[in-house]
Amino acid sequence: MKLANYLLIGILASLIIGCSGSESDSNGKQAAVNANDPMLSKGIGPISSIKLDPKIDQTMANKGKEIYELKCTACHKLDEKFIGPPPIGIFERRSPEWIMNMILNPEEMIAKDPTAVKLLAEYNFAPMANQNLTEEEARAILEYFRTL
Amino acid sequence: MKNKTLLIRILISLLGIALIASCGSQGSNNGALGGDAAAQVYVAPGEQDEFYAFISGGFSGQLTVHGLPSCRLLKTIPVFSVDGEKGYGFNEETKPLLNTSHGFIPWDDSHHPELSQTNGETDGRWVFINGNNTPRVARVDLSLFETVEIIELPNSGGNHSSPFTTMNTEYVVAGTRFGVPVPQKDQSIKNYASKFKGALSFIKVDPESGEMSLAFQVLMPAFDYDLAHAGKGKSHGWMFFSSYNTEESHTLLEVNASQNDKDFIAAVNWKKAEEFLAQGKAHKMPARYAHNLFDEKTQTATSTIMTEVNVLLPEECPGLVYFMPTPKSPHGVDVNPTGEYIVGSGKLSANLTAHSFTNMLDAIENEKFDGDAYGIPILNFDDTVAGVVESGGLGPLHTEFDDRGNAYTSFFITSEVVKWEVGTWEVLDRAPSYYSIGHLMVPGGDSQKPEGKYLVAMNKITKDRFLPTGPEVAQSAQLYDISGDKMKLLYDFPTMGEPHYAQGISAGRIIPNSKKIFRLEDNEHPHAIKNEAESKVVRNGNTVRVYMTSIRSHFAPDNIEGIRVGDEVYFHITNLEQDYDVPHGFSVMGAQNAELLIMPGQTETLLWKPLYEGVYPFYCTDFCSALHQEMQGYVRVSPKGSNTPITWNVGG
Repeated sequence: MKLANYLLIGILASLIIGCSGSESDSNGKQAAVNANDPMLSKGIGPISSIKLDPKIDQTMANKGKEIYELKCTACHKLDEKFIGPPPIGIFERRSPEWIMNMILNPEEMIAKDPTAVKLLAEYNFAPMANQNLTEEEARAILEYFRTL
Repeated sequence: MKNKTLLIRILISLLGIALIASCGSQGSNNGALGGDAAAQVYVAPGEQDEFYAFISGGFSGQLTVHGLPSCRLLKTIPVFSVDGEKGYGFNEETKPLLNTSHGFIPWDDSHHPELSQTNGETDGRWVFINGNNTPRVARVDLSLFETVEIIELPNSGGNHSSPFTTMNTEYVVAGTRFGVPVPQKDQSIKNYASKFKGALSFIKVDPESGEMSLAFQVLMPAFDYDLAHAGKGKSHGWMFFSSYNTEESHTLLEVNASQNDKDFIAAVNWKKAEEFLAQGKAHKMPARYAHNLFDEKTQTATSTIMTEVNVLLPEECPGLVYFMPTPKSPHGVDVNPTGEYIVGSGKLSANLTAHSFTNMLDAIENEKFDGDAYGIPILNFDDTVAGVVESGGLGPLHTEFDDRGNAYTSFFITSEVVKWEVGTWEVLDRAPSYYSIGHLMVPGGDSQKPEGKYLVAMNKITKDRFLPTGPEVAQSAQLYDISGDKMKLLYDFPTMGEPHYAQGISAGRIIPNSKKIFRLEDNEHPHAIKNEAESKVVRNGNTVRVYMTSIRSHFAPDNIEGIRVGDEVYFHITNLEQDYDVPHGFSVMGAQNAELLIMPGQTETLLWKPLYEGVYPFYCTDFCSALHQEMQGYVRVSPKGSNTPITWNVGG
């Protein structure tokens, strides 16, 4: 008798969960494994893997510097904490994919990525602004960061 | 014990069923017409409407945007009146839009929105709207939903029959309601009939940019030109204006302008007018009128005072204008989708008069004239009339059409919508309005492609329809389902100002062009700065320019010193955000104008004239992030003549 009640409650609970909107993500498990190691985590967003040429593309980096100065410097200073964290040394803290996903998909990152969530709290809940950059523009900024 | 357990199980089961039911209903609510009225207007949270409706704000001077069928208010677009909420008419960028030959004017009375058309269909590019009091026409850009141009009309006095468009938006028109001396000069009002004139203005619209220019005016007798509609299809090339006060009275019009059994619909052949212009028949008349244009690149409006206008005189231009007698002070003049019938709504009559365009051309060709008025041929009533709708109502005002051969006419005095069939002139249905309907609107209902699903009635009187709010109550409109044989009242909703007329359009024609941000790279505002490092404060005599940026959630600079009493301080603020729906507001204590509301990538300017020494705060007015309340700063104001140096900083 008791078992039957529990069964019913179980069905009910699954209904409530089903109703509240499923966010099932096929990569969810994979992400969960890496999420807590900032250097392994690729974050959440359009960039799943990126290969960096050992040689820095200076033209691309120059372009990235230009975009960074126009779209990012209101909140980021190169070597000190400001509204957001400084980009110098970022490759020792984050994967390249994570950096690009944070630029391209900040809303989801600060809501779901454990590292980004932590960062948001550390920076007084000032959200990373989505500056509507293209992948190419974000990639150029990444290249610029490699020169720092 | 057993019973109690059973009861619990039943309860839990019921709850489960209820949850399943509520789960299933999501996303399937916005369905087809039919069912109860509540379901028909219900657009579920998170879902969007099927149509946009642009409803005139009447004596608010603005234009409101509603979604149909929910009737929800989506936006108020400031057009002819200043709007502190958006800083419209208060910030330096938009002030020139409200300039006129009479100087800066902060208010007008807006009546008739009209969507631009291509091939006789609404194309979702622009909506035009008239300013009645100080005669003007405005253009709202529907990629921005902002007023981008206003042109003033010279030789006019009350721009009422406006701004109706031709099939490809070649022209929007502006007929004067009040006869005035042309040119204006001091004289006795008793000269009205002999010396006053009524100008019909044709405003050319650039097919690419939408920019308006006053192409020509036809100088008519001083009747009161009330409404207009363009020919379409076979009647493309003609514009029809209704008129009253053919008595040319200048006092107690209530009585004196209702003497004649018939007034006129003026049929103007604008293609012929173009020929007369090409032949050099136009008189170049001195005139003063403002042409104000907002440049999206510099995000700034400029105002130019024009000094000349092309005027055509009907008596010198045979074939340009004909009068069609139409009973009892016609208000609406509405052309059916094929362009064959021109329907006059004699507002002091019970019946509607449908003139046939074919008959009209035939009468003109065979010169079947019944005399003339001021040299303009009058066509014989019996020769042009194709049918009369014996309505059974009183006070017809305005007609729109659906895509099934039906017409819908508003009746003010009997407060109802009457549905009738074009061609048979038979009344098919009638539905009451609450109360005293003026205009009505079917999406596309004055184009060649109506979408006859809904009808919006715009009422003149609200009385008891909503909760009382003191002597002044909300203006109102009503939504009807017209998809079936019988019209069905679905909803009442309050509107802003007096809703004179509206236009509706499928949302799909607007959404793809709707902009989300201004791109910083494209910002050519002369006082824009593109990043925080460029922020600065520059003094030049008593003028101080503050070049400031905003981003979540700080201004740069946010500490400013060196301002003095007597200075004129211009805050040029560039919003560095590039994300959708992240505007920043800016307000500074003691500002005698309004706030700024700056969209992403935009630059706006607030002029501030501090009166007293002290330290004054400024802050962001539009909640932008969890740190919005921290988005603030200070300006130090020193006494006149003090030596406090100009300094500025953020975070330092």
